[in-house]
Amino acid sequence: MYRYPRELVMAYKVLMLGWELYPFNSGGLGEACLGLANALSKKGIDLTFVLPRKVDITVDGFRVVFADVDEDILKTLGAYTTSPLWSHIINRDELPPDFVRAAFKYAEKMKKLVKKQKADIIHTHDWMTYPSGVMAKSYLKKPMVAHVHSTEYDRTGGYYPNPYVYKIEKEGLLSSDRVLPVGGFMKEILVKNYGVDEQKIRVVYNGINEDFGKRLPPALTKFKELGFKIVLFLGRITLQKGPEYFVRAAKLVSAYNPKTLFVVAGSGDMDGYMMSEAARLGVMDKFLFTGFLRGNERNQIFQSADIFVMPSVSEPFGIVALEAAISGTPVLVSKQSGVAEVMKNILKADFWDIEEMANKILAVLKFDALPQDLKWESGKEVRNFSWSRAADEVINVYDQLI
Amino acid sequence: MPSVCLYFQVHQPLRIKRFRVFDVGWDPEYFNDRSDTNLNNKKVLGKVAGKSYLPTNNLFLNLLKKYPELKLSFSFSGILLEQLEKDFPQVLDSFKKLVDTDRVEILSETYHHSLAFFYSKSEFEKQVDLHRAKVKEIFGVKPRVFRNTELAYNNELATWADSKGYQAILAEGWDSFLGWRSPNFVYRPKNTNKIKILLKNYKLSDDIAFRFSDKSWRSWPLTADKFAHWVSAINGNGHVVNLFMDYETFGEHQWEAHGIFNFLSSLPREILKHPDNDFATVSEVVQKYPAMDEVDVPSIVTWADTERDLSAWVGNAIQTSAISFLYSLEDRILKVGDAKLIDKWRKLQTSDHFYYMCTKWFSDGDVHKYFNPYESPYDAFISFMNAANDLKLRLEKKSKGRIRKFDLRYA
Repeated sequence: MYRYPRELVMAYKVLMLGWELYPFNSGGLGEACLGLANALSKKGIDLTFVLPRKVDITVDGFRVVFADVDEDILKTLGAYTTSPLWSHIINRDELPPDFVRAAFKYAEKMKKLVKKQKADIIHTHDWMTYPSGVMAKSYLKKPMVAHVHSTEYDRTGGYYPNPYVYKIEKEGLLSSDRVLPVGGFMKEILVKNYGVDEQKIRVVYNGINEDFGKRLPPALTKFKELGFKIVLFLGRITLQKGPEYFVRAAKLVSAYNPKTLFVVAGSGDMDGYMMSEAARLGVMDKFLFTGFLRGNERNQIFQSADIFVMPSVSEPFGIVALEAAISGTPVLVSKQSGVAEVMKNILKADFWDIEEMANKILAVLKFDALPQDLKWESGKEVRNFSWSRAADEVINVYDQLI
Repeated sequence: MPSVCLYFQVHQPLRIKRFRVFDVGWDPEYFNDRSDTNLNNKKVLGKVAGKSYLPTNNLFLNLLKKYPELKLSFSFSGILLEQLEKDFPQVLDSFKKLVDTDRVEILSETYHHSLAFFYSKSEFEKQVDLHRAKVKEIFGVKPRVFRNTELAYNNELATWADSKGYQAILAEGWDSFLGWRSPNFVYRPKNTNKIKILLKNYKLSDDIAFRFSDKSWRSWPLTADKFAHWVSAINGNGHVVNLFMDYETFGEHQWEAHGIFNFLSSLPREILKHPDNDFATVSEVVQKYPAMDEVDVPSIVTWADTERDLSAWVGNAIQTSAISFLYSLEDRILKVGDAKLIDKWRKLQTSDHFYYMCTKWFSDGDVHKYFNPYESPYDAFISFMNAANDLKLRLEKKSKGRIRKFDLRYA
């Protein structure tokens, strides 16, 4: 690959607007932002990362500044929540939801903040940062890049997208000079549902942090000793992630292989629903809900699982599948995901095809050779997905704009 | 000299349909996909027959009439002959017409296009006998030269073929055992008495089979006179040029639009322009030329990949586990003796099933090397293992006379 002369790259000053940053994150967005920011700064980009509020964070190689958006507005929820949840938190007819308010508040604060910043380019991450990005763009008169990790369409599975959010997204995307979705599946959504000009879209697949590969003491050893196989769901329990399809596949799997434990690591607005659905289908005793996991606990659960399943209804990328692969866990993902487009040595099924999902889970649990080859091949393949490669692609986009 | 020996492999597998765990115990048919995908065997064979077999047969029939010197050799898998008989009898007739010219020789192989020689000698012999019977029934001939599936060869196979009275056996002319020697001579396999070995000239064969349409190849475009020139250059340096390839090369792998049929129709004329050149069938080569030396091939050599070994079929864990599972059923399935079950078991032995599970080039996305009717090698494995487990379940049912509820459970 062509390497940019360092002195040329050094000249780029990037003002990156984010919502969260690992480890102060509620999902994949914070991890992706950190991975990309690190890789860009290693390549000589002069990067300033703006967060909406102060957190006690230490990073290497780039600056973090805080916009001081009011605590109470931000505290309410994590970065991604689906519309149905909002609808019972706020009064539908009146004020826009808190999150929308927070996004605008962020933009207001940005007005002050941006005066102290010099930048060649403004790089935003998802809708909460678009109003701020547009603000910065109009003040600095510099090109804006919109990195799209998810859209309201993915988060809601296309059912009743929040109209405020949709509007903010659309305006943000149309005012951007380049739009970078994390997968080709998402590119289609941007063109079809948001009317984004295909010419300004560049797909940049996410990378993966190699730390996930380090071996840790196993979790759930008691179950393993008893001969249980572990099928893992890890992610936010929201409509987008397809939790109900997981439960229905679990029902089929446990009918054929009763010694299977279904571990659900995550939280979200559908966890109650997921539990009651498991109970209704008579498989609640096969389920284990761990809540949201991070750090070593999260890696341990990956390493203990016999298969990781991501049945997302609509998944822009699905970095979690790469984390599973690098942890040495066989992976089954829905075909409605960005990762299914690029990873070859993983199993794939349509999210709605419960039988096919169960068929593949059962095969992994029964035929030892299958997980053996999947682990080996996907472990090799996943190493191609580095943040360094993603950063090169992003710098390519900067080159075109500056 | 040299004699040009053209041998074509004619084979299409019976691909396993998408067979889910939920079909185990319920669906006794593994090969009857009727979808629009490439798992539909009838659909694929119809396409291949239309694009390749029929036009190429036609062309060869005319060329045989035009050039009395032209000779050809074919090997048909039993699996293919069975499919043609059932669904495309007119295609079979066109092959018969070629054989009726008496200038087309038919080779011996396993009926099921299997790798049985390396897993069960007795099963291998049964499949060779089944194939001989089928060839006799359809074409009325008795083959005298043997070729094993994927040209998989070692000393032991040569010893076996020698003991069965075959005049010759075919193999890849691979440098690892030839060393400085040329594939353009006839040799004698180690530890044999009478049998001779014919070695594929892989360079010239692959110029046609693989590189013909490759525009980045420095010899592109390949014309018949250019090719004939290369062949004639061997004069004084060899007795025979063995051009071995899949019959689907013509019209299916290399397209009519890229000129493969024009190339083929000019080839005999261009070859025969040189007065020392001629054509020979495999057994004519054996009669015409003496063995120049002995070749020693202790480990298996095939005609596939740069490795020329069996790793495309049994290279990874899913492939080896699938094939051992299948052969582990042998004793019981033969003891129970149910003809239908045995037939299905043998059809699961076709080498293509294991080839589809190959992960070697999968990551590189090399579609040319990697023609696969399944979405992934893992999908191929899952359907295969589910079908094989269905077979095992039926076998247990037959041997016990009843099916227990437990058997239906998967774990």
